[in-house]
Amino acid sequence: MHSLLTLSLAILLLPLFSFVLLIFFGKKFYEKSGHVGTAILGIDFLLTFYVAIQKLTDTTNEVFSYSFTWVDFHSTIPLKLDLGIMLDNVGAVMLMVVLLVSFLVHLFSLGYMKGDVRYSKYYAYLGIFTFSMLGIVLTNNFFLMYMFWELVGLSSYLLIGHWYEKKSAADAGKKAFITNRVGDFGFFIGIMILWFNYSSLSFDHIYSSIAHGILPFGSSGWLTAAGIFIFCGAVGKSAQFPLHVWLPDAMEGPTPVSALIHAATMVAAGVYLVVRTFPMLTADALMIIAYIGAVTAFISATIAIAQYDIKKILAYSTISQLGYMVMGLGVGSYSAGFMHLVTHAAFKAGLFLASGSIIHAMHHALHHVNDHHTDAQDIRFMGGLRKKMPITFWTMIVFTLAISGVPLTSGFLSKDAILAGTLAYNHFTGQTLIPLIGFFVAGLTAFYMFRMIFIVFFGEHHDAHRLEHVHESPRTMTIPLITFAAVSFFAFYSFNPFSAGDGWFFQKTAVPESVVPQAVRAASAEAFGEELHHQHYLAMGLSLTMAALGILTAMLFYYWKKFSADKVVAAVPRLFTFLNNKWYFDELYQKTAVNGTIGIAKLLAWFDAKIIDGIVNGAAWLTRLVAVISGKFDHIVVDGIVNFTAYFTGFFGLVFRRIQTGKVQTYIIFALVGAMVLFYVYR
Amino acid sequence: MHITLTHYLLVSAALFSFGVFAVISKRNAIIVLMGIELILNSANINFLAFSRFGNLNMEGQMAAIFVIILAAAEAAIALAIVLNIFKRFNTVNVDEVSTLKD
Repeated sequence: MHSLLTLSLAILLLPLFSFVLLIFFGKKFYEKSGHVGTAILGIDFLLTFYVAIQKLTDTTNEVFSYSFTWVDFHSTIPLKLDLGIMLDNVGAVMLMVVLLVSFLVHLFSLGYMKGDVRYSKYYAYLGIFTFSMLGIVLTNNFFLMYMFWELVGLSSYLLIGHWYEKKSAADAGKKAFITNRVGDFGFFIGIMILWFNYSSLSFDHIYSSIAHGILPFGSSGWLTAAGIFIFCGAVGKSAQFPLHVWLPDAMEGPTPVSALIHAATMVAAGVYLVVRTFPMLTADALMIIAYIGAVTAFISATIAIAQYDIKKILAYSTISQLGYMVMGLGVGSYSAGFMHLVTHAAFKAGLFLASGSIIHAMHHALHHVNDHHTDAQDIRFMGGLRKKMPITFWTMIVFTLAISGVPLTSGFLSKDAILAGTLAYNHFTGQTLIPLIGFFVAGLTAFYMFRMIFIVFFGEHHDAHRLEHVHESPRTMTIPLITFAAVSFFAFYSFNPFSAGDGWFFQKTAVPESVVPQAVRAASAEAFGEELHHQHYLAMGLSLTMAALGILTAMLFYYWKKFSADKVVAAVPRLFTFLNNKWYFDELYQKTAVNGTIGIAKLLAWFDAKIIDGIVNGAAWLTRLVAVISGKFDHIVVDGIVNFTAYFTGFFGLVFRRIQTGKVQTYIIFALVGAMVLFYVYR
Repeated sequence: MHITLTHYLLVSAALFSFGVFAVISKRNAIIVLMGIELILNSANINFLAFSRFGNLNMEGQMAAIFVIILAAAEAAIALAIVLNIFKRFNTVNVDEVSTLKD
C-alpha cells in the first residue's frame, strides 16, 4: 500500500476514533469534549493537508488504490466483494474540502454550542458524520459507497434531530432520513443491476467491463437505466427535485450542522457520486441529470426569493447551487461541476456559519431585552447589523459576492465554467432550455442573496435598545468565517481570475474518459472543450450581466428603496404565496405520498383487524364450537353409556341380591326347581 | 297282589320326597342331615329295584353298598361340621347360619 494511501486510511479512521472516544467517554470529558473532537479533527486536517498537497503536486496523476477480497463465493454465487480505498486527484480535493469544513465547523461549534445539553454527543455525531463522508470519498467500490452512504443518512438524522425535544427538529430528522431512503432505494436498484451483470461492485472492474463492450443485459438502455437509478441516490442526498424537500427542514438542526451538511458532508455526497459514476453515464442519462439539475436550480431559486427566515433562504440557495453542480455535470462540464462543489463548499459553509453568528448575536440580544417571542432567524427583525458585527458583515459580503458569481471570487470561476458548459451543450444537443435556466437562475441568485444582505446588515434596526446588545461573536466563531472568506478568493483555484480553464484545478480534475459505447456517448471531451473555448466570452459576458442585473434589482428594492417590495407582492399576491409556500411541495407530498402511505397503512390495518383477526377469531370460535359439541357428546352419549351400564348393573344387582339369602335351604329349593325345570324341558 | 318295579319306585319316590321335605323345611341341622340320609336311602331302593327288575344285576347291589359307605363317611363329616357350627354360632339352626350371604 502506498504511504499516501496509508495516511488516507488514518485520515478516514481518526474521526471514527473521535466518535468512539466521545460517545463512550463523553461524560468524563464533558466540558472538554468539544476540545477533544476539535483537536482530533485538527490533526486529521493537517494530515489531509499533507496528503492532498502531495497528491496534487504529483505530476503523474497516478491513482493509488488498495483492495482486498472480503467475500468470495467462488462458484455458488458469482459474487466477489473487494473492499478497498483509493486516492485520486478528485478524492484528494474532496478530502481537503471535507476536512477543512468539518474542522472549522468543529471550531465554530466550540462557541456556538457552548453549554448545550448534549454537548459531547454533538461532537461525537460530528465525528461519525465526517467519518462516513470520508468513507464515501475514499472508497473504490459501490458496496462501501452504499454503506457509508447510509451512515451519512444516519448521522444526518442524529444531528438534524439533535434538539429532539423540539417536535419540529425530530420531524425534520425523520423527514431527511425517510426522503433520503426514497432516493437510496433507486441507488440500491442501480447497484443491483451492476452486480447482477458484473458480479463485482468495484468501480474499476465495472468500468473496464463496460469499456470492453459488456453492457448490462446486453443493451445500452439498461446502462442508461443503471446510471439513472444510481443518480436517484444523488437526488436524495443532494436534495435534487423532486426529493429536495428535506433540506430546508434540516435547518432545524444546530446552525454549524447546517453548514456541515450543506457544504461538505451530505449534499456533496450526491454530487460526488455523479462525479464517481461519470464515466459510465450515457448521453441520455446525462441529459436527464442535466434537466433534473436545471429544474432544481430554478424551483429553489424562485422559492428563495420569497423567504424571510435567514436559514431558509440559505437552504434554498444551497439546493439551487446543487442544481447548478448537477446540471454542470449533466451537460458534461465535469471539472466545472466538481469545482462548483468545492468553491460552494467554502462559501456556503461560510454563509451558514455567518448566519449562525448572526442568529447567535440576535439570541443574545433578544435574551437581554427579555424578548422571547421574536424569531431570531427572521430577517425582518434584523437590519443595521453592519456596524455591530463587522467581521461577520465583511466575510458575508465576500461569500455573497462569490455565490452571486462576481469576478475575483471562486464562485465566479466555477459558475462561469458551468454556464459556458450549458452553452456548449446547447451547441451539441440543441437543448436551449438548459442555458436559459442557467443564466436566469444566476440573476435570481444574485438578487435573493443581496436582498438578504441589504435587509440584514443595512437599513435601521427596529429596536435601538436591542441593537445595543448585539455583539460580534467570539473568536472561535470569527476565525472560521475569515478562513472561509479567504478560500473564496479566486487565487486558490486558478491564477487567471476570469477563467478556471487554465488553473490547476481543471488540470488536475480533467474529465475521465467515458467508457460507454460510442453510439450512446455524449460529446467527446476534446470537442466539448473546444466548444467551451468558443462560448467562454459569451458565457462570461452573459453571467456578469445577469449577476449585475440581480444585484442592481436588489439594490433598487432594498438599498435605495426606489421600489417597494411590498407593492410587488401586493400586485401578484398569488405568485408570492405560491413561492412563499415553496411551490406547495410539502403539501403535495403530504397529500400524495404521506397520506397515501397512511391510507395504505390504514387499509392494511383494517385488513389485519377485520380479515386476519377475523380468520383467527373465526378459527377460535369454530374450535370452541367443536369443543362444546364434543363436550356435549362426551357428557351425554359417552357418560350416558357409562352411567347406564352402571345403573343397569346396579338394577340387576338389586334384583338378584334378593336371591342371595345365604340360607342353604333356599339354594336347595332353587336347585330342585331348576332340576325340575330341566327335567321338564329335556323330557 | 303282585309287587312290581312301580311299587318300589313309588316307595323310593315317597322316601325321597320326605327326605327333601326334611332338608328344606327343618331348621335343625341334625334333622337336615337325617333328611339327607333318607334321600340317600331312597336312591338305594332305586338301585336295588333296578338290580332286581332292570338290567343292573349285581352292579346295583354294589352301588347300594357304596352309597351306604358314602353315607357313613358323609354322616361322620357332616356331624363334625355341625359340631363346629355349634361351637362357632352356638346354634344348630340353619336359618341363623347365613354368613354365605355376605
